[in-house]
Amino acid sequence: MAAITSEIIFDTAKPARSLWGDALKRLGRNRMAVASVVVITIFAVLAIAAPLIARHDPDFQSRARANRGNGGTDLPPLWDSEGKPDYWLGTDNLGRDIASRMLYGARVSLVVGFIPTFIIVFIGIVVGLNAGYRGGWVDSLLMRITDVTYAFPDLLLILIMVSALHDKPIADIFGGLLLIFVALAIVNWVGVARLVRGQVLSLREKEFIEAARSIGTPNWRIMFTHLLPNSLGPVIVSATFSVPGFILTEAFLSFIGVGVKPPTPTWGDMISSGYNSINTSPHEVWVPAACIGLLYLSFTFLGDGLRDALDPRMKL
Amino acid sequence: MTTYVIRRVLALIPVLIVVSLITFALMHLAPGGPFDQVDETRRRDPAIQQRAEAAFGLNKPWYEQYFTYMSNAVRLNLGPSYSYKDRNVTDLLKEHIRYSAELGVMAVIFAVLFGLPLGVIAALRQNTWVDYLALFLATMGVAIPSFVLSLYLILLFSSTLHWVDVAPDQQAFDTTLKPWILPVLALGLPTSAALARFARSAMLDVIRQDYIRTARAKGLRNQVIVARHMVKNAMIPVWTIIGPLTAGLVTGSFIVEDIFSIPGIGRYFVSAIGARDYSMIMGTTLVYCLLVIIFNLLTDVTYGLFDPRVKVSK
Repeated sequence: MAAITSEIIFDTAKPARSLWGDALKRLGRNRMAVASVVVITIFAVLAIAAPLIARHDPDFQSRARANRGNGGTDLPPLWDSEGKPDYWLGTDNLGRDIASRMLYGARVSLVVGFIPTFIIVFIGIVVGLNAGYRGGWVDSLLMRITDVTYAFPDLLLILIMVSALHDKPIADIFGGLLLIFVALAIVNWVGVARLVRGQVLSLREKEFIEAARSIGTPNWRIMFTHLLPNSLGPVIVSATFSVPGFILTEAFLSFIGVGVKPPTPTWGDMISSGYNSINTSPHEVWVPAACIGLLYLSFTFLGDGLRDALDPRMKL
Repeated sequence: MTTYVIRRVLALIPVLIVVSLITFALMHLAPGGPFDQVDETRRRDPAIQQRAEAAFGLNKPWYEQYFTYMSNAVRLNLGPSYSYKDRNVTDLLKEHIRYSAELGVMAVIFAVLFGLPLGVIAALRQNTWVDYLALFLATMGVAIPSFVLSLYLILLFSSTLHWVDVAPDQQAFDTTLKPWILPVLALGLPTSAALARFARSAMLDVIRQDYIRTARAKGLRNQVIVARHMVKNAMIPVWTIIGPLTAGLVTGSFIVEDIFSIPGIGRYFVSAIGARDYSMIMGTTLVYCLLVIIFNLLTDVTYGLFDPRVKVSK
């Protein structure tokens, strides 16, 4: 008897396939998603290693290399015959090395993409779980807040918040980054909370929750060990889509001058200063714009890939 | 139906009040008032500053200012602009909303005329090169934001090819269509891409339905099946995203108006923020929120008309 059993187990034993392992495998088969991960990794490595790669101080201004107003020109990029080998992308209107600024700017963009995403996922999960599972005042409050955010265009609210607090002490912490984190998080956590709430509402009627409840599992345990893991898929997908949105919002805020404070290099600010010389040195606009576009594209494709991998039924 | 609409309209009032309170509170947190001295070179007489603040009621407590403002606002008087002399916000908005509306309407028309057929054709020719091309275009369109797209359109068509001026004078927007082309593309392409993706998947759902097989079985001409049975039904889910897409167009319009120097209210909003022009910011915010609310309401209400299966009564 024992021999038979062990034989059967031996026969059917396949490598264990968890839900997440399965999803990862599906993601690996999606060429666009894999390419996106590669692109994002390259940007991340460049951003982290910026001090090692950059040849110059990104904030160092040099009148010798910037005489646009006085009849001279900025240093052109390498592909121009007058380019200097040490200044790959030339210099901007203040004589700062564009390549170094691009590298340090990647740090800002990635940080602005990720940190507010972690914040909104955290707040969204806590509020969404409580609203969906416990209901009550948390739920009513969430619904009222939703009514308002439904009517208030995100960018409008962020613009008002950031500009209202732009001269307050909070806007000087981390060169203005903290204010942007807070503004992005305040405006966007509601979406995650609603997503989690919706998931929980459908999950809590399932048998496994009833079973957990019948053996006396405390509520917080049901929420965090049973409901949360089962509603995590859509949250991960929506978080991936929010990263490029945040990167773009920061770029636009810096473009119109209410974002990260100078001299911290950011791609949006570089586009805005390059915009004035778009006809003479277009690369001052297209290089940062291409990087923003490439990051946005990569995160969007990764989000698409994750959505297909985590829930094949959700395919659009 | 009528009660539903009335209920929805009444429910908007508290939302608008909260929106206005948030904006008002934030504007008053801002340390720089509109009549503060800006820097050393533009020093103002404190007496003049006090008189200016008194004239606009800025020395009163905030709740009094808020109530005065709101009671004027319901009578469509959005107060004087602080930074444009002798102009009031209502007139400024009236004068400039035209450009924003033109931009928005043209972008929507473009998005519908380009995006919907693209999605429908892609679905009809599923898994052929037509489909792949359409999907590629749609994916790129969704993944390239208006901000970046605007810059590249300018780089390509203005700086390199010199077909269109980067910053034409403002009158050009009144008289010719040419300066509108790039902004409409920049705003409309992402929207049309989203529409195309949505229309394609809605069509694919419909194509597999039994009633399509029935229609084929009874020998209807293909055009009739596509137009009356497929497209008509596929448009029902597509209609639901019109509301969110309009909200996207509203925010997209700040960016596009700012980059292309279109004298619309989006650009005035951005410059009002820099100038701490409270009344202009409040006015623009209220108008934008009202627009978004109205579009969401229209989408919800008309959805019931398109699809009798949807009951909106309760």
